[in-house]
Amino acid sequence: MTEQSKGLTRRQLLKTSATTLAAGAAASAQAATVIGTPKWLPFDHNGPMHYDSPGWQFFTAEEAAEVEAIVEQLIPADELSVSGKDAGCAVFIDRQLVGDYGDFGRLYMEGPFTPGTPAQADQSPLVPRERYRIGLAGLSKYCQATFQKNFSALAPEQRDKVLTDLEKGAITLEGIEAKAFFQQVLDNTMEGFFADPIYGGNRDMVSWKMIGFPGARYDYRDYIGLHNQKLNLTPISIIGSSAWNKKG
Amino acid sequence: MAKKLPSTDVVVVGLGWAGSIIANELADTGLNVIGFERGPWRDTATDFNLASATDELRYNRRQELMLRTKQNTCTMRNKESETALPMRVWGSFHPGNGTGGAGNHWAGITFRFQPTEFRLHSYLTERYGKELPAELTLQDWGTTWEEMEPHYDAFERLAGVSGKAGNLNGTIVEGGNPFEGARSKEYPNPPTAQTYAPTLFAEAAKNLGYKPFPVPSALASRAYTNQLGVTMGPCTFCGFCTNYGCGNYSKASAIVNVLPALIRKPNFTAKTNSEVLKVTMDSTGTRATGIIYVDSSGQEWEQPAEIVVVAAFIFENVRLMLLSGVGEPYNPITNTGTTGRNYAYQTANSVKMFFNDKNFNPYIGGGAIGMGIDEFNNDNFDHSGLGFVGGGSTRVTPIGAAPIDSRPTPPGTPAWGAKWKKATVDNYLSTMSIGCEASSYSTRNNYLSLDPNYKDPHGRPLLRITFDFPENDLKMAQYVTNKVVEIAKTMNPREMVPAPRKGPWANTSYQSSHIVGGFIMGADPKNSSVNKHLQVWGVPNLFVVGSSAFPQNPGYNPTGTVGALAFKAADAIKRLYLQRPGEMISV
Amino acid sequence: MKTLLSLSAMALLGLTVQAAHAGTGADSYNLVEKGRYLAVVGDCTACHTVPGKAPFSGGVAIETPFGKLVGANITPDPDTGLGHWTFDDFQKVMSEGHSKGGKRLYGAMPFTAYTKVRKEDNLALWAYLQTIEPVNNPVETNQLPFPFNVRTSLIGWNMLNFTPGEFTPNAEKTPQWNRGAYLVEGLGHCGTCHTPKNLIGGDKNDQFLAGSNLQGWIAPDITANAHSGIGQWSNEEIVEYLKTGANRFDIASGPMAEAVENSTQHWTDEDLMAVAVYLKDGQPAAAAPQPVAADTPAMVAGKAIYADRCSACHVPNGEGVKNLFPKLAAAPLVNSTDPTSLIRVVLAGSRAGGTEAAPTGPAMPSFAWNLSDDNIADVLTYVRNTWGNAAPAVSVGEVSDLRGDLHP
Repeated sequence: MTEQSKGLTRRQLLKTSATTLAAGAAASAQAATVIGTPKWLPFDHNGPMHYDSPGWQFFTAEEAAEVEAIVEQLIPADELSVSGKDAGCAVFIDRQLVGDYGDFGRLYMEGPFTPGTPAQADQSPLVPRERYRIGLAGLSKYCQATFQKNFSALAPEQRDKVLTDLEKGAITLEGIEAKAFFQQVLDNTMEGFFADPIYGGNRDMVSWKMIGFPGARYDYRDYIGLHNQKLNLTPISIIGSSAWNKKG
Repeated sequence: MAKKLPSTDVVVVGLGWAGSIIANELADTGLNVIGFERGPWRDTATDFNLASATDELRYNRRQELMLRTKQNTCTMRNKESETALPMRVWGSFHPGNGTGGAGNHWAGITFRFQPTEFRLHSYLTERYGKELPAELTLQDWGTTWEEMEPHYDAFERLAGVSGKAGNLNGTIVEGGNPFEGARSKEYPNPPTAQTYAPTLFAEAAKNLGYKPFPVPSALASRAYTNQLGVTMGPCTFCGFCTNYGCGNYSKASAIVNVLPALIRKPNFTAKTNSEVLKVTMDSTGTRATGIIYVDSSGQEWEQPAEIVVVAAFIFENVRLMLLSGVGEPYNPITNTGTTGRNYAYQTANSVKMFFNDKNFNPYIGGGAIGMGIDEFNNDNFDHSGLGFVGGGSTRVTPIGAAPIDSRPTPPGTPAWGAKWKKATVDNYLSTMSIGCEASSYSTRNNYLSLDPNYKDPHGRPLLRITFDFPENDLKMAQYVTNKVVEIAKTMNPREMVPAPRKGPWANTSYQSSHIVGGFIMGADPKNSSVNKHLQVWGVPNLFVVGSSAFPQNPGYNPTGTVGALAFKAADAIKRLYLQRPGEMISV
Repeated sequence: MKTLLSLSAMALLGLTVQAAHAGTGADSYNLVEKGRYLAVVGDCTACHTVPGKAPFSGGVAIETPFGKLVGANITPDPDTGLGHWTFDDFQKVMSEGHSKGGKRLYGAMPFTAYTKVRKEDNLALWAYLQTIEPVNNPVETNQLPFPFNVRTSLIGWNMLNFTPGEFTPNAEKTPQWNRGAYLVEGLGHCGTCHTPKNLIGGDKNDQFLAGSNLQGWIAPDITANAHSGIGQWSNEEIVEYLKTGANRFDIASGPMAEAVENSTQHWTDEDLMAVAVYLKDGQPAAAAPQPVAADTPAMVAGKAIYADRCSACHVPNGEGVKNLFPKLAAAPLVNSTDPTSLIRVVLAGSRAGGTEAAPTGPAMPSFAWNLSDDNIADVLTYVRNTWGNAAPAVSVGEVSDLRGDLHP
């Protein structure tokens, strides 16, 4: 798979430890004829696919600046949390777009493509990479024509106005429906804000701490009977927890 | 051209719950059994490593355990006049993939259907006569509660279901569901612990005179060893349950409860990443000769067999029958044919409740951790003069509130910006929801057929779903939701959002994977596809097992009945068919 | 490739065949049946049958610290098996470690234990082996590098490490005890894995069954020591473990899982009970060591890691779940001075053995990808010093060394 060369791995978190494993899909998944209990393969695991390489993987620097401006507006910094930009939402989207999600590699994308009814859901022939590339270009064109500036150079009130108009479909973008583009960016931004930090967003589990979600825990037997109480559990991600660090 | 393999005794298509159960039962008789699975072999520790099983993006949003739509999907439309379009992303429901099937990422709610369900048409006709809405094509199952009960029991023991009997051998038991059919045995495990929201709901329901009971759960309340000698661990309420694989052997599935014992048997072979393309028939069309499958390298093989059991997910069961020319395709215009007939779904309703002063810790839970009542389900209340039949299972089951998808805000909250964020923080811990999973009754216009326009990667037509909610079900949805609102009011929420199911059926958001019909069971080959032993009418060595056999769907989750039907079919093959191979079972 | 079952350091079988007259076939059904059972008790198949290949046709590779040895073809094939052997040739192998023609065998063929097998039992084994389908399969048994491949080096090894002679019963003990001793010390060859080895791979007989580190696994202490051994297990629990691969304390994994699957699950209940009676009749525990204090940084961090990564299976109080998740509290393996097996299963994961009686075969997931060397050292230090356990802290170096060694 070509993505390998761009740094896609099944997790390489342990930069400090002696060695780490960059496994593919769990080897057991490839078995074709299974007779008897399948052999146990040491170290085999089906870990999350994610990028460790620094720098933008899909977006150009110009696109990245616009996406960061959008996510900063969708999730503004306030007393509750840092902004979507500082939480890593744009990085998250960038990483998602170079991966399997970016070209809808899992999905049925055969034609004919027709818009259909609302009940028939998303029937666009555009894959996420195209949606961003075309949508960002269209937004840039719209902002230049309207304000003689890029979106990222607009004042906060103007940004809100543009986003609201996109959301309502009050703006026409070239090559993509404005509402669809807005929904795509909003969905991915929220994914980035609330997903496990291993994917590049939700830095320091900021959203989980904000709402009181303890994260990737697997055992609440000691807590299920504590009704109507605040539990103040330290959140944990797939990567780990601050409580794992030795103090002293 | 398919290469022909040496013949075997039995092929089983699909290694989810139904296929694994039947394969195991038949392997125990000494027959040579080959099981075919289009997805990969799944292993708890390798695939659901509990350090990475907790991944909402991967499993819930990106649907990793579900069938890739690229591999196979359905097309959908609401009515005959529309052009069906492919479901490019699974929205409304979640078909599975790999050993264990959808039974890996299921919720684990394991109800039995009620005795009257198996003769629903007769029963409702006796009770309501001409009041029964004309649009409905309800049918009897051709079997009885008495015939089903031992097989329900076998499945509950296999899956280690945790619950509380409400009707033990005809005696109503306090704390259980008094509306259930008489059961021969108590559940194999006691009820699970409960979080705050279901506890609060049960109190409110009890105060109104209803009889709350623990939702029967295939998430084990304690360590449990089933009749195959396989051990489950206790559920830890991690909240990564529905749409996720279980990392600690506590959610029952074929990979936890059946396959470890089955795969050890020397006369059983599993073929994974092997997609069955069709059932082959002899020239008379009265005998299945085997199956054709394609392996992961694209090679096609013919596997001859004496008995063919098709036990894939409902959609593939029906599509394989259409592709193999088994039975006459159903035609809604002429009202002829049986393959594809009586397709139905589930009617999901809810009431969301926002509180100021409560903390539900909604991230604690599991797919089947909860409390329910059955007063508004099916025909548990008098429908005289209401203009509809049916009803739903009312319950609170906090499945775990991973926050990409589960972050409720009151109506009127913007979708982004500072106000959105404030509302999200204010409501995340203090919102709960009462659900009502209600019946879906079949009609003449809801059916399954082959799509004329869209094909799968092997060039075969996709399955086309033509479905919308009947008037009967929409009326029922409004009625039961009103009843739920009455309970919700007594719990004094700050704000309530009732959501009775409305038309049209859409692929835009998840409802449930409780999809039924299309190759239904019954007593008469004119209006059913399989007999009460799941044996195909006119093709005695072909058995088609799954929710595809349900003539309609009551207000319960289907998996308990799918499991019972699998045991029932296996029992019929072992006890009756093998005595007179090649003949229709006549008892 | 078989790697771990018979890991006594100096190694295996080198049966070479020279001309002789064919062995006499067995004519007694009972004798053959007895031999079949004894072959299971001795787990001959572990080294002499490649899974999926013809029984006893050889070819299983056994890795030793000195190089690779390969289990011989012991079918009655005249060219590549034992077809030209006599019973006396076989008896010599079992009792003296001398192959036909006087060649000395490497100690991976556990003749230091088999020497205790009574001649009448060897006769039954031989009778059974005569009934096996002959398979033509040439096996080069000795694949050791120089100088270990020189069999004359074994003269000195034998002088140091081998006491020949049949088992002699202890008149002060019951027949049941003596049956257990005979099985454990003889054909069962438990000490081959469970007794510590000296530098040249011989058993340290003063530490019989006290546990041993075998290439990345610990074969734990199975003496009656209540802290590091199985002193807390009842006789019935020992039988249950050997019969099903699991009891409330532990689940067999690694090489022991294979031993249970191939051998002990098929032993009679009487023999297993005899083994239990014998094993439990040892010296009681020396005083347990002091645990590491709960407030040290490693213990505090380890506790958090345990809650997040371990307790969902092994239970918050380390009690585990019978037949599924091994109990960590008061477990011999956990309290062993040597943490090798613990580090190994956390890094690489491990599948427990499945048996007819307990087919689950649950697996420990691999955490090498998820936990750093520090994390693993801390969580294992916590596990080894909580719930009544006490054992030396695990160092980061021990984890990183094993990670380096095991890395595929």
